Amino acid sequence: MNLIENASRNRQHRPSQPVSRRGFLQTALAGGAFVLSVRFIPQPLFAAEGEAAPAFDPSLWLSIASDGTVTIVAHRSEMGCGSRTALPLIVADELDADWSKVKIDQAIGDPKYGEQDTDGSHSVRSNFDLMRRVGATGRVMLISAAAARWSVPQAECATEPHFVVHRASGRKLGYGDLATAAAKLPVPREENLPLPLKKRSEWRYIGKESNSLFDLPEIVTGQAIFGMDATMPGMVFASVEHPPVLGQKIKSYDDKATLQVAGVQRTLTIDTFKPPHQFQPLGGVAVIADNTWAAFKGRKSLKIEWESSPHSVYNSAPFRKTLEATSREPGKVVRNVGDVDAAFAQSGQSGGKIIEAEFYSPHLAHVSMEPPVAVAEYRDGKVLAWAPTQNPQAVQETIAAVLGIKKEDVTCHVTLLGGGFGRKSKPDQVAEAAVLSKQLGKPVKVVWSREDDIHFDFFHSVAAMYMKAAIGPNGKPTAWLQRTVYPPINSTFDASAKYADDEMGLGWNNLPFDIPNHRAENGPADYHVRIGWLRSVANIYHAFAIHSFADELAHNAKRDSVEYLLDLIGPPRIVKLDLTGDEAEDAKTFPLETARLRRVVEIAAEKSGWGKKPMGKGRALGIAAHRSFLTYVASVVEVEVDSRGQVHIPKVWAVVDAGTIVSPDNVRNQFEGAAVFGTSLALFGEITATNGVIDQSNFNNFQVARMNRAPRHVEVTIVKSEAPPAGVGEPGVPPFAPALCNAIFAATGKRVRELPLSKTKLV
Amino acid sequence: MIRFKVNGQDKTFDGDPDMPLLWYLRDIAQLTGTKFGCGMSLCGACTVHRNGAAIRSCVTPVKGVSGTEITTIEGIAPMHPVQKAWLEIRVPQCGYCQTGQIMQAIALLKENKNPSDQDIDVAMSGNICRCGTYQRIRAAIHEAAEHQAAKGTA
Repeated sequence: MNLIENASRNRQHRPSQPVSRRGFLQTALAGGAFVLSVRFIPQPLFAAEGEAAPAFDPSLWLSIASDGTVTIVAHRSEMGCGSRTALPLIVADELDADWSKVKIDQAIGDPKYGEQDTDGSHSVRSNFDLMRRVGATGRVMLISAAAARWSVPQAECATEPHFVVHRASGRKLGYGDLATAAAKLPVPREENLPLPLKKRSEWRYIGKESNSLFDLPEIVTGQAIFGMDATMPGMVFASVEHPPVLGQKIKSYDDKATLQVAGVQRTLTIDTFKPPHQFQPLGGVAVIADNTWAAFKGRKSLKIEWESSPHSVYNSAPFRKTLEATSREPGKVVRNVGDVDAAFAQSGQSGGKIIEAEFYSPHLAHVSMEPPVAVAEYRDGKVLAWAPTQNPQAVQETIAAVLGIKKEDVTCHVTLLGGGFGRKSKPDQVAEAAVLSKQLGKPVKVVWSREDDIHFDFFHSVAAMYMKAAIGPNGKPTAWLQRTVYPPINSTFDASAKYADDEMGLGWNNLPFDIPNHRAENGPADYHVRIGWLRSVANIYHAFAIHSFADELAHNAKRDSVEYLLDLIGPPRIVKLDLTGDEAEDAKTFPLETARLRRVVEIAAEKSGWGKKPMGKGRALGIAAHRSFLTYVASVVEVEVDSRGQVHIPKVWAVVDAGTIVSPDNVRNQFEGAAVFGTSLALFGEITATNGVIDQSNFNNFQVARMNRAPRHVEVTIVKSEAPPAGVGEPGVPPFAPALCNAIFAATGKRVRELPLSKTKLV
Repeated sequence: MIRFKVNGQDKTFDGDPDMPLLWYLRDIAQLTGTKFGCGMSLCGACTVHRNGAAIRSCVTPVKGVSGTEITTIEGIAPMHPVQKAWLEIRVPQCGYCQTGQIMQAIALLKENKNPSDQDIDVAMSGNICRCGTYQRIRAAIHEAAEHQAAKGTA
């Protein structure tokens, strides 16, 4: 399963790109993929198998029919972040297309589209330039066709939405009328023709308030097709009883009672994976039935004996102690500035103040509203799957590896995702459907219950952080040591992995503070459950520790939190980081600019009336500012702690500098949602294990914020910027919890050192 | 044989009478706008109307709807003022829970033409949105209430 490993590592902080952005288009051109031809385009879900339509097809991405319909391929999944709309909008803008005549065609998984993993908040960032060039190429070809038709120089032609116009003669031709002629032209090669990209001032869609999600009408009428809604003719339904502890195998099982349940057809087994688990099925007993309910009901009377697993030693309370003990010992150094040890020693000799603090945050589950689900059919050595997946190529790779077939013999169609948050970049349930279909000889729909989803997640990691600072004049640290310890995501790909090397860029080795002596370390930890990416990933606990500690130092210095934070960030500069590989490459386009971080802090303070309004008893503001996924965010949270110690959040101010924005209203929606996501993890989120079995099961014991506990109002301010586009799906999450906890300290004097808040008595 | 109506059409069902209405609607009637989220009446994604009142179809057995009239999102004539408000406010992110939210909101507005924030909180806190669109849901319900009021006085 090396393919999966290669495709899956390093992605969250830096998506791997099989080919460079620039190289991709050239390769495609050279390789003939960017040719004009009549071809099949991936058909919309459940449409009759397509008939070839004569189409102007300047690329993998774009076709124009003679009726003027422009079809743009979305190669990124839609899980609520807007990628499926944003990328085609960029193409349409440069094509100068009329958006009302655009259809979006969801791509299957195929390396010809490059990397397709919708995660790491990078869909727009990684594809902005490419999508612009795709659209511009189409526009150049349409202009060429019109110029030839009119026998005028191309330079005299221009476009307005869906038309090429020749102003001198007042003539115009629609894109549909030009499609057939344009289809006969050679694709302009970039080296011969610098593509005339629009000026910012000419953009019709990019950055405009009017943009809304393409699928909105279908969503509000119940017509949108999610993975849960996918069907195949003749399919059966399956529900899988997984091993309660990771890695357990079936010793024996009795399905007599199960087979008596009306609608149950039979049971089948799925082999337990061989470590590392990667994205393979967990194993277990599948109940095959006529409908979902019969499969669920039949499962309840299965009797299964499981073999033992080394992971049955997993108990959350002692594991926490182990993590914390490790965090007090020296770890692997992941960033070193100045000489922390000398500075601490000097501070000790001169009677300076040392402050230490420890922070802890538990496992979290994703609980996207749509539990894992998939339909797959195995036939003649090939697999056809429909799945709500963030990563259709990982579906191909996983199924190919599990069934021993070729990746190109797995076709994965992507439905809408009922939430993803990182869970749906792992396609284990799709592989289950394929494995069962192979055994049954018919299409199988695998449906996970909410209990399955919570018990068998790829969990957000449990983490312990140790912080230490030597306090200098004016209360500012002269030395700052930070240690983080948690089971790494790499354990999903390498059972011996103990260090979170690939996750250090997630808010740990890139602290943008102006401190002369600074060291960041990472200690080792074992895994006992599957660990995975969850919206903003390690940034969550890293930001919690760093920004809670910063606020603690501000209080110690008897200084205002905002003023102190700005002092910590220091003067406007580019923070020099010793980065390698993709991170170093990113840093060229996206240097860490403290001026931008300062600005979001200053705007957040201004918008929230920081320090300017009387707050009353039990009410206060807190702030944190964190850069993640190359986006700068400051959060100010207003909190009210009532006489029973219950936390209310009347208002949140989120200020975001994500560079160039495609759809501002969608960005606001993402940051509003991030505040709610942050509230869930701060107030309630906790997954624990007893003897290797997860204790929580549904929304009653793994709670998320409902309307009555969510922030009453989130005000999002987008900083105007012409910088390259950065991420928006995740960066709103990390600063939220520390800002909330800092507000709680200001309101109650109680410093929160562990999440969720329900662990700390506030009154 | 259990008899009931779904979106105005007569239905009969002679399968497992304990089957939750949700799975009847989704797997047998092929009405997939009603969503599965928890199976325990904890999240509201499966909300439909029984004789006009919001119920959780995931814990309502088919035998419990005998002789009643069920309305699903597919039975709401688009665009209902609530759906229009959802579009105007651009509420959805992933959209999976939104049909349940909309069915709950329609039921609320039937009973309370001009709900306060507090009323909306009480009525809507059984419906989880993991994407966190609550403030837009609240705004859209106010918007729909205003639309309906304007229509009523016109």
